[in-house]
Amino acid sequence: MTNHWVDIKNADLILIMGGNAAEAHPCGFKWVTEAKAYRKARLIVVDPRFTRSAAVADYYAPIRAGSDIAFLAGLINYLLSHDKIHHDYVRSYTDFSFLVKADFGFENGIFTGYDPEKHSYDKASWGYQLGDDGFVLTDPTLQDPRCVYQLMKAHYARYTPEMVSTICGTPQDAFLKVCEMIAETSASDRVMTIMYALGWTQHSQGSQMIRTGAMVQLLLGNIGKPGGGMNALRGHSNIQGLTDLGLLSNLLPGYMTLAGEKEQDFAAYLDKRSPKPLRPGQLSYMQNYPKFFVSTMKAWFGDAATAENNWAYDWLPKLDKTHDILQVFEDMNAGKMNGYICQGFNPLASAPCKIKVSGALSKLKFMVVIDPLATETSEFWQDHGEYNDVDPTKIATEVFRLPSTCFAEEDGSLVSSSRVLQWHWKAANPPGEARADQEIIAGLFLKLRELYAKDGGAFPDPILNLTWRYKQPHFPSPEELAREFNGRALADVTDPKDATKVLVKKGEQLNGFAELRADGSTACGCWIFAGAWSEKGNLMARRDNSDPYGIGQTLDWAWAWPANRRVLYNRASCDPAGKPYDPSRMLVAWDGVNGRWGGSDIPDFKPDSNPTDGMGPFIMNPEGVARFFAVDKMADGPFPEHYEPMESPLANNPMHPDNPLARANPAARVFKGDWDSFGKPDQFPYVATTYRLTEHFHYWTKHCRSSSVIQPEQFVEIGETLAAERGIRSGDHVRVRSNRGHIVAVAVVTKRLRSLSVEGKQVHTVGIPIHWGFMGVARNGYLTNTLTPFVGDANTQTPEFKAFLVNVEKIQTIV
Amino acid sequence: MNLSRRQFFKVCAAGAGTTSLALLGFSPDAALAEVRAFKLANATETRNTCPYCSVGCGILIYTLGDRSKNAHAEVIHIEGDPDHPVNRGTLCPKGAGLLDFVQSENRLKYPEYRAPNSREWQRITWDDAFTRIARLMKEDRDANFVATNEAGQTVNRWLSTGMLAASASSNETGYLTHKFARSLGMLAFDNQARV
Repeated sequence: MTNHWVDIKNADLILIMGGNAAEAHPCGFKWVTEAKAYRKARLIVVDPRFTRSAAVADYYAPIRAGSDIAFLAGLINYLLSHDKIHHDYVRSYTDFSFLVKADFGFENGIFTGYDPEKHSYDKASWGYQLGDDGFVLTDPTLQDPRCVYQLMKAHYARYTPEMVSTICGTPQDAFLKVCEMIAETSASDRVMTIMYALGWTQHSQGSQMIRTGAMVQLLLGNIGKPGGGMNALRGHSNIQGLTDLGLLSNLLPGYMTLAGEKEQDFAAYLDKRSPKPLRPGQLSYMQNYPKFFVSTMKAWFGDAATAENNWAYDWLPKLDKTHDILQVFEDMNAGKMNGYICQGFNPLASAPCKIKVSGALSKLKFMVVIDPLATETSEFWQDHGEYNDVDPTKIATEVFRLPSTCFAEEDGSLVSSSRVLQWHWKAANPPGEARADQEIIAGLFLKLRELYAKDGGAFPDPILNLTWRYKQPHFPSPEELAREFNGRALADVTDPKDATKVLVKKGEQLNGFAELRADGSTACGCWIFAGAWSEKGNLMARRDNSDPYGIGQTLDWAWAWPANRRVLYNRASCDPAGKPYDPSRMLVAWDGVNGRWGGSDIPDFKPDSNPTDGMGPFIMNPEGVARFFAVDKMADGPFPEHYEPMESPLANNPMHPDNPLARANPAARVFKGDWDSFGKPDQFPYVATTYRLTEHFHYWTKHCRSSSVIQPEQFVEIGETLAAERGIRSGDHVRVRSNRGHIVAVAVVTKRLRSLSVEGKQVHTVGIPIHWGFMGVARNGYLTNTLTPFVGDANTQTPEFKAFLVNVEKIQTIV
Repeated sequence: MNLSRRQFFKVCAAGAGTTSLALLGFSPDAALAEVRAFKLANATETRNTCPYCSVGCGILIYTLGDRSKNAHAEVIHIEGDPDHPVNRGTLCPKGAGLLDFVQSENRLKYPEYRAPNSREWQRITWDDAFTRIARLMKEDRDANFVATNEAGQTVNRWLSTGMLAASASSNETGYLTHKFARSLGMLAFDNQARV
């Protein structure tokens, strides 16, 4: 979230789209209720289902699953053509006036640089026109046809209300009603927040859906303001933290990135990630990258990381490509992998296309499962009848299952969706011989290190030199680990302006990332967490819930990254002169007397930068402003464009009916063997979408009695029209088939799912809750990912769980 | 000494000689309608966070026992933390049932091993598990580690074994797991943020 849960109470308008907070984040949704009750805020829900969020909305608009970009692009067109944009904001804080390269173009659904063989783009033309001084050329009059504003206006003019309705199935009047309500927040004293979740991410064009939402918020001037922002409602208790800590194939802690194999030159690696400002007077904060990188390497490799060996740069693995979970199961299925460790992750249930995942796991030599619960993955080899029909005697994988603790049995911190790191305390011992995760990792690591020290082996250096300064090597304590990722001074850290002034003494914990150095004098495991455990102690454990400004900031409750800041980009809540756009909801303001920024939040800005200096609020971008034109940062185009889901009820993309290359995302990665696994609408005519229920959490709570009592059995939701067509009544058992397999479930016939008129034909949607499986205390059921397609978003490779094709039939007796 | 009726009987039952308490002038308060003692009154309260979605609701865990040595702390109740600025004491149906997660009959209790082509688990010791897994990992790493690619570039990667990390584990676990995986040269490494 750019903002945070409590801040939702400051909104005037709330758009929930691509999410369903009332059911998936019930206690966070209470802040929507709070805004409605005390601020008279209004709530709009756009969703294929009439969810419980929709049930309390002021306005609900239905939409076909997978068509959100068309809806939002139509909204952009509405805002631009009705002049409902925040002029001051977009002129000062965005790239509206920036000039784009002359050879960039877009034709019939495809951007310049496309290679149909590789299914990807050469992005050379996706950039700015630069002057001799290295700065971007601009046209403040916004008249130049190559300026971002003009290009964007032309790009989205094609998304008329008629076209939106044709693609999305949303009635035109409903679409226009939503546009009108949202357009009101272009005023300085009206703010909208957008709340989204996996309903936007789990699409082959998911990242661009989110971008389109962010573009709407920028046009309205709603980023950086209290009650505004782009708020990703994350789905697991520490999925934010694990992302922050970089536990993804291509990342390092704090959103640093691993080098590609071509990046053999360390200086060039750093240089590429430390961009010089693209406009005069801009901060371009990532110029500090070398400090963050060197400090992480010092935390990991200690004295073995030296200036001479480029701080052990060669010890980090270099990427040939991103080995995301889909790539890994592709390789595993091809017999290219031997071992896999699943720590608190149940991929048989949560990865797409179960038959492929199951086949892949069966080809492994060994698998290790670390989990508090008996997961489906740990028993992928076991015959569980119709729900997991395999022959164990034919599966040669060795499997280890190691019991770990759950939340109640450990100390540590989790990062909530609000980016707040909250410490929690152990209440009881785990059952039996279960051990804490860090104890299990330590057990494995120390055994490996012992073997490498004794017998040698392939490149032992990073293993033998990994820092392990824990008082009990077999049990690194959470306190020690938290102090390590916060960071400490390895030598006295002095003021860059006055070398005689010591900011942090050797051995002391750091107060924040501003104290990091690139000369090896600081160690910090995750630069954005610097400050969480300073010499003041464990700030994540703070429990002062006072709210002096009354807008829900609670700066002394736990600790938020970065720098305990609660609303990102908060400089943009003020006009260029440094005065809040809405003084009644002040986050920060320029204090001319003291020459500093201050207020109810930690300024997301250079604290002493006088507004007259013209520094932009988006300090992480070398431009200093926010981008409508994504330059080369996205795989599938600088401007979001509507493409059909990989499996779509339409034969063509209505935006580009005569170009088959532009039917689905032209830059989505599809593995060779998977094209045939996609279903066609003649056999699988209905759109399917998967989701969570309030009573369950993924595949865990079917192990809990209370959840299994209140929601015991697998079901699917079917609209009344489709049910009538297929002779299905509530309570009947139905078989839902995709081209990859089938599930059997009880039918719930409902008004919540309506059929929509899309390109002149009726499109039905089948709703599929995800929570059942063949382990647990609830009734056994099918893993819903038996049905889902093996394709992901072009940028993140997040699987397309929210829009695919199925058929449905009533079955007389349960098999 | 101010004792309720129930406490008085407890004290009396505790040992010999207690009958003399009444004789010494310690008599119980007047007998009133008996209510069951509030079971959380003697429980230990521990602050924690809900492990499900990312709202990060504060919870209070109540355990029997006072953390003294050898006292078995049994979790008996979990409820929302009223001081928490986000959930203000509330919990959703999942969070309200957290006790059933802690006490689930499907909690794993011992390291287990399934041999190739076997139909069953067998219990093993932790040391046995670590030793055998470490040997399997080392064999695979030593056989398939790629120090340089075809172009002769230094890549130091190990692609034939991968790992999925847990998005419900703590930052401290996540940080240690990251160190572990990268020091081995792993790239086939993700967490639930990917899906």
